[in-house]
Amino acid sequence: MSYQQLEVRSVCKRFGGVVANNNITLSVPQGSIIGLIGPNGSGKTTLFNSIVGYHPIDKGYIRFEGREISSMRVPKIARMGLLRTFQQTHIYGKMTCVQNMQISVPHTSGGFRAMFSKYPPEVTDKAESLLEFVGLYMKRHLMAGDLSFGQQKLLEFAMALMNEPKLLLLDEPTAGINPTLINGLIERLKRTNADLGITLFVIEHNMRAIMNLAEHIYCLAHGELLTSGPPDQIQNDQQVIDAYLGAK
Amino acid sequence: MNTTGRKYAFYGSILIASLIAPWALSAYQTQLAFLWVMVVFALTWDLVGGQMGYTSFGNVVFFGIGMYVTAIIQRNMHFDIEEYVHVAGAVETLKPSEYLAGLLSGMGLGGIVAVVIAAILGALILGMGMRGQYFGICTLGLTVAAGELASGWEYIGAGSGLVTPVFPDGLGERGAFFYYIFFLLAGVTFITLKWLYSGRFGLAINAIRDDEDKAEAMGIHTSKYKIVAWCISAFFLAIAGGGMGHLIGFIDPTEVAFAGATFGVWMILMAILGGKGTLWGPVIGAIIFHITQELFWTYLFGWQRVAMGALIIGIVVFFPLGIMGWMRERWPERFGYRVEKNSVLNASKGGQV
Repeated sequence: MSYQQLEVRSVCKRFGGVVANNNITLSVPQGSIIGLIGPNGSGKTTLFNSIVGYHPIDKGYIRFEGREISSMRVPKIARMGLLRTFQQTHIYGKMTCVQNMQISVPHTSGGFRAMFSKYPPEVTDKAESLLEFVGLYMKRHLMAGDLSFGQQKLLEFAMALMNEPKLLLLDEPTAGINPTLINGLIERLKRTNADLGITLFVIEHNMRAIMNLAEHIYCLAHGELLTSGPPDQIQNDQQVIDAYLGAK
Repeated sequence: MNTTGRKYAFYGSILIASLIAPWALSAYQTQLAFLWVMVVFALTWDLVGGQMGYTSFGNVVFFGIGMYVTAIIQRNMHFDIEEYVHVAGAVETLKPSEYLAGLLSGMGLGGIVAVVIAAILGALILGMGMRGQYFGICTLGLTVAAGELASGWEYIGAGSGLVTPVFPDGLGERGAFFYYIFFLLAGVTFITLKWLYSGRFGLAINAIRDDEDKAEAMGIHTSKYKIVAWCISAFFLAIAGGGMGHLIGFIDPTEVAFAGATFGVWMILMAILGGKGTLWGPVIGAIIFHITQELFWTYLFGWQRVAMGALIIGIVVFFPLGIMGWMRERWPERFGYRVEKNSVLNASKGGQV
C-alpha cells in the first residue's frame, strides 16, 4: 500500500467524565477510500473534530502528510488540504450556489492582494462545472438556503471539491438524501477519488453504501476501536453485529 | 436604452440632484449635510452588522475618536492650548487656509487613529473568537467606556466638552461647505463598499455571516477578514466624525461624540430599515429615517422622542428584512435569483444529471 497520508495514534478525547475517544489508532493511505462506522454515540464525529482541529486532543498525536497537526487550528489545517464536511449541512444560506462555490476556492494566501481580489472567469467556470457534476447547475443562481436538505448536501460536497483538498473527511454524506440518488452520489464519490485523486475518509450509517464504497473499514464502539478490515469481513464480524444490536 | 446607459443615467441624475440640492433647498443645507453623514453611518454599520453579521453597538466609538482627533489637531495646530480651553474656543477667527489645513489633516489622522484602534480592539475581541450576543454586549461596553474616558480626560476638555473653532469667512456658506465634504465622503464610502462587495472580500464576509464554522472549516482567514472589515468601517466613520465635530461646533463626550443612544442606535436602525446586507438598503434607510426624524421634530415637537421610539419598534417588528430585503423576497428574479432552463453546462461535454 502507498504511504499513510493521515496517521492517528493513540488519540484520547474526554468531555468531562465522558470518554468520547479512547486510544484510537488508525491510518488512511493516500488515494484510498476508508470507511468509519459505529453505532450512534460511538465517537465517530468526535474523532473527525479532533482530526480537523476543532478541539484539542488529550493524548496521542495526529499527523497529516508527515506533519504533526494535533495542536493546529481549523483554518490552518484546512489550508493544508485536509477538509471535512458536516453531518448537519453547513452552507452559506443567504448566498447563491455559485457564490458558495466561488468563496470555496483554496485560501492559500492570506495577503491583502488575495483578500481584495476579484474572481477570474476560470473560477466561475470551475464552479459551474462542479455544480453540474453534482446536478445543481439549474439552481446555481438560487439562494443556497432555499435548496432542499439533500441538495444542500450535494452543494456542500461540491464546495469541498472546489477547495481542492488532498484528503476529504465526509460525515454521513448519504444521510437525508433520497435513496434513489444515493447510488448516483456513491458513483460521484468514487469518481472523485479515481479521477481527482482525493483521498476519502467517510463516516456512514448506510451499510450498503459504505460496503460498496470503502476498501477498508474501521468500526468504533463506545469510543474505542472495535475492529477493522475489508468490507466483507466487517459485514460478518460478530463483534460489529453485537455492537449495532446492543448485545454484550 | 440599454442597461449600461440606464446605469449611467441613474448615477448621473443622483449626482446632479446631489450637487444642486444645497442651492435648491438652501434653507436646509445643514440638514442635508447631516443626511450624508447618516448615509455614511448606515453604510459603515452595514459592512460589519449586515454584510458580516456582527451586530455592533460600538461603531460610534470610531466616530467619536475621529471627532476628537480632528478637533485636537485643529486646536493644537493654531492655538495655545491653555488659553483656548480657558476661553472655551472664543479666540480670533482662523484664516480659511488654516482652518482647512487643520480640518483636513485632522480628518486624515483621525481616520488613521481609528483604524489603529479598530485593529487593536478587533484583534482582542474578534480575533479571540467572540461572536453573536457576546460581541454585541462587548461593543456596547466599548461605547460606554469611551464616553466615560472622554468625560474624565482634561486634555480633551473632559465633561465640559470641546469647542471647535468658528467657521471662517471665505469658504462659502458653512452648511454648503460641509454638505459637499460629506457628500464626497458618502460617495467615496459607497464606491469603496460596492467595489469590496463585488469581489472575494464581500463573499468572505457574507460567508462569515451565514456560517462562520463552515468558513473556518473551508480555510478562510476569518479573523483577518473580520478585523479588516471593522477597520474599514472605522476609517470612514472617523472621517465623518471629524467633519461632524466642526459642523456642530461643540463636542460633548456622551451626547455628541460617543452618542450610543442616538447615533449609535440610529446607524443600526437605518441599515435595518433599508435592508441590511444590501448595498442600497442602508442608503435608502438613511434617507427615509432622516427625513422622518426631521418631520417629527418639526410637526410633533415635544413628542418627537415618543414618535421616534414608536418608529424604532415599528421598524424592528414590521420591517425586520428592511425595504430591500422585502423586495428581494417579493421579486427574487429581479435580483438574479432564478432557476436555469438548461440542466447541463455544455451539451458537448455530456454532463450527467
